[in-house]
Amino acid sequence: MFTYLLRRLVYVIPVALGVSLICFLLVHIAPGDPLVAVMPIDATAEQEAEMRAVYGFDKPLPVQFGIWLGNAVQGDLGRSIATGRAVAPEVTRAVGNTLLLAAAASVIGFPLGIFFGFMAGYLRDTVWDRIITATAIAGVSTPNYWLGMVLVIIFSITLPWLPSMGAGPGGSSDWTWDWLHMRHLVLPAITLAVVPMGIVMRTTRALVSDILDQDFVQALYAKGMTNSGVLRHVARNAAPTALSVIGLQLGYLLGGSILIETVFNWPGSGYLLSVAILQRDLPMLQGTILVLAMFFVTLNLLVDIAQSMIDPRISRA
Amino acid sequence: MSANKTITTAPSLADIGGPRQPLITAKDLTCHFPVRAGILAPKKVVRAVDGIDFTIAKGETLGVVGESGCGKSTTARLLIGLVPITGGKIIYDGQELNADLSLRDLRRGVQMVFQDSFASLNPRMTIEETIAFGPKVNGVPQAEALAIARDLLDRIGLDPARFAGRYPHELSGGQRQRVNIGRALAMRPRLLILDEAVSALDKSVEAQVLNLLEDLRRDFDLTYMFISHDLNVVRFISDRLMVMYLGEVVEVGPAEALYHKQAHPYTAALFSAMPSMDPDARTQVPPLAGDPPNPIDPPSGCRFHTRCPLAKSVCSSLKPRAITLNEGHQVACHLHDPASGYEEVAA
Amino acid sequence: MTYTATSTSTALEVPAAPTVGYWAGVWRRLRRDPVSLICAAILLALIFCAIFAPWLGFADPYTGSMIARLKPIGTPGHILGTDELGRDMLARLIYGGRLTLFLGITPVVAAFVIGTSLGLIAGYVGGWVNSMIMRVTDIFFAFPSVLLAIAISGALGAGVVNSLVSLTIVFIPPITRVAESVTASVRKLDYVDAARASGAGNFTIVRVQVLGNVLGPIFVYATSLTSVCMIISAGLSFLGLGVKPPEPEWGLMLNTLRTAIYINPWVAALPGMMIFITSLCLNLLSDGLRSAMNVRQ
Repeated sequence: MFTYLLRRLVYVIPVALGVSLICFLLVHIAPGDPLVAVMPIDATAEQEAEMRAVYGFDKPLPVQFGIWLGNAVQGDLGRSIATGRAVAPEVTRAVGNTLLLAAAASVIGFPLGIFFGFMAGYLRDTVWDRIITATAIAGVSTPNYWLGMVLVIIFSITLPWLPSMGAGPGGSSDWTWDWLHMRHLVLPAITLAVVPMGIVMRTTRALVSDILDQDFVQALYAKGMTNSGVLRHVARNAAPTALSVIGLQLGYLLGGSILIETVFNWPGSGYLLSVAILQRDLPMLQGTILVLAMFFVTLNLLVDIAQSMIDPRISRA
Repeated sequence: MSANKTITTAPSLADIGGPRQPLITAKDLTCHFPVRAGILAPKKVVRAVDGIDFTIAKGETLGVVGESGCGKSTTARLLIGLVPITGGKIIYDGQELNADLSLRDLRRGVQMVFQDSFASLNPRMTIEETIAFGPKVNGVPQAEALAIARDLLDRIGLDPARFAGRYPHELSGGQRQRVNIGRALAMRPRLLILDEAVSALDKSVEAQVLNLLEDLRRDFDLTYMFISHDLNVVRFISDRLMVMYLGEVVEVGPAEALYHKQAHPYTAALFSAMPSMDPDARTQVPPLAGDPPNPIDPPSGCRFHTRCPLAKSVCSSLKPRAITLNEGHQVACHLHDPASGYEEVAA
Repeated sequence: MTYTATSTSTALEVPAAPTVGYWAGVWRRLRRDPVSLICAAILLALIFCAIFAPWLGFADPYTGSMIARLKPIGTPGHILGTDELGRDMLARLIYGGRLTLFLGITPVVAAFVIGTSLGLIAGYVGGWVNSMIMRVTDIFFAFPSVLLAIAISGALGAGVVNSLVSLTIVFIPPITRVAESVTASVRKLDYVDAARASGAGNFTIVRVQVLGNVLGPIFVYATSLTSVCMIISAGLSFLGLGVKPPEPEWGLMLNTLRTAIYINPWVAALPGMMIFITSLCLNLLSDGLRSAMNVRQ
């Protein structure tokens, strides 16, 4: 168990380095001089020289990477071209809002996905199974940015029940835990939850249906175990795989939220990204992507560890 | 169709040394697999086959027995070059592999039938294509290769008109194993290795396939290396028997002689574990307890000493040498070696 | 136990049955699946309309009329209404299928070719070649796919070609991973060993023995990625990263019509509806194909 943890931790280092390298290269695959990409359009010659020195663009690429990585580790992700402000604090604040949205979506999506997936697997080949499976496929096929628009049309425009913009009254971007703010969370969270819910549903259904086909389930029934007892066994066997799928989907919530935050003007990392894209603010883009990807790497690590704790087969393998 | 119709294919390797020269001679044959437990763990090796010597005479059937993991299959795979040789020599009819003979040539002389009849057939190829594949790879034109395949199908008891275009999943286990035999024979080998080739079949089908093997041996002038854990089958088909334990050969001898009197305690244990037809001869106590030791870290001295009922202190310190008891009967055990010091040590 | 050695007995365990090739069997099963057939029909109709749009008598998707802006669904002359510049929605939706379907399918095809090659090499050769390919794959896996697509597209800038490049890069790692695991499991099978034992070279073995047995599962997996690819590519356009105006493309149309949801909400939602229907058909067809090909995922 301990060696497994150690191995898994050691394995994260090259992945994290690779992720940083890709983020670093983003500025360099951009067409044109990378200096132009990280500089305000109206920059003076002095500013240009200063930037060149700060980023080390006159040095070879590996050295530049070293400088950049060193800064990033110390929390310096460069300055925004558009606003001139440091990228790191803006990203941190935005990622906080994204995590809030992702957490809300998880609370909606995962329990529903697991519950209905389990039902469909248990009641397989019945009408209920077909209805749930169809819903799941529809959920997986939904472009969530469109679903967001549809929900706004229904619940904000046709029936003016819920707000559609921002994270608080008047489109404010400061979050507080009160009903006025939480109302703003409802629509984006539901929108974000639909796709992961569909995926979790499908996975759970397949898992449960596979487990029910195994001989040990027959043996449990044969020895006179009740339905609920058997279902407990099924749940225990399905848990590790279900957990890893959920972990993965938790990560994809971070990706999926980018488009949804744009639809709802939610002041998170996705909104930050879409503004950065609009203004071709590459340092901001780079910083946001780096933070989100590192978050995803950490999340995967945590899921693997949790999975190895509930699945005895993993650490021995 | 007649059974004695000549099969035209790539010519098999001609006989060189005459009947007295063994078809296969293995000298100090060794195969070690490196394993790594983790990034930080030191490199270790699995001693799958650890310096074995044996010969297979032309036209004979050598049975190979031993528990799972004793190196039977690895030995077979070494003989057709499917696993790399760590050390030692393989000599095919007087020609040494990699010196006088290329691996490609050796493979024309040696073929193998695997245990899993399904996994050893490509599910996307008809059985005719499967059999024709070998000759085609070796330069036989397509049409001729298919003719060889159809002829062989006939010889292995599958009517080409009905079976040639079938896929493996449309055949029974016995039929699939016949195809595997046909595929091996298409290369016109002189040695056919049967690695548990009949073990997965029903008893009745097994008997049919064994009879087919006897017929083919006569018709094609074959030599067999027959690997099995079923001692009854091995006794029926083999001329000589080779017993392996943990990567080493512990006893070799004529099949009938060995069946009646075993020199090595391990062989004796294997045979006494065999289910007997005679109710009075049934054993009550399992002769061997536990699993064989780990081949990564084999016991010192005689590898069997940890489980041997007759082990003495010399057995754990000194590696036994091969002792010839009678003509063609060899055993590696201190019990039969007067010079080993086994007798001097108090029991 | 005795075995009497008689002459070879012909095995007659299975009665003769008409032999069916693998692909014929897949087609036969697929033909009996109404859902897959309907989905295939809808997709084919969309593709047909997209390709032959100029000859099917639709309005010009580029010219609009300032006085006919944002007409509702059912307006005479504009069955599906008009967009924010007064262009005919039906025509734009049909023409929009061209770029949307192209950007949804092409990257997956490209990634299928590249990922399958990489996975075959990694899975068949093994050893350090495998480690190298798979560790690089792992790094790309550390990005959620939408994030990676946005990152690369964001750096490269808007445009159809840049979209193609970034989406292809996004889908190579998952296909490589599936191709590697399928190849590695096929490589272990005895028929590959038997082919080696008959003297076949690695290239022949991969071409004749391995390829036919790995392409099916990889293909099924790739088809399941098409809908994701289309949703992401339309999403890139939605963010202003993919197709540039005035080209009709469903994601971009959804973006430019966003402000119109207060005036004519259902017209504004139409392009997304098209994405949804297409992606649903792609997913259902992929599922049908999976069960017809007996692939377990």
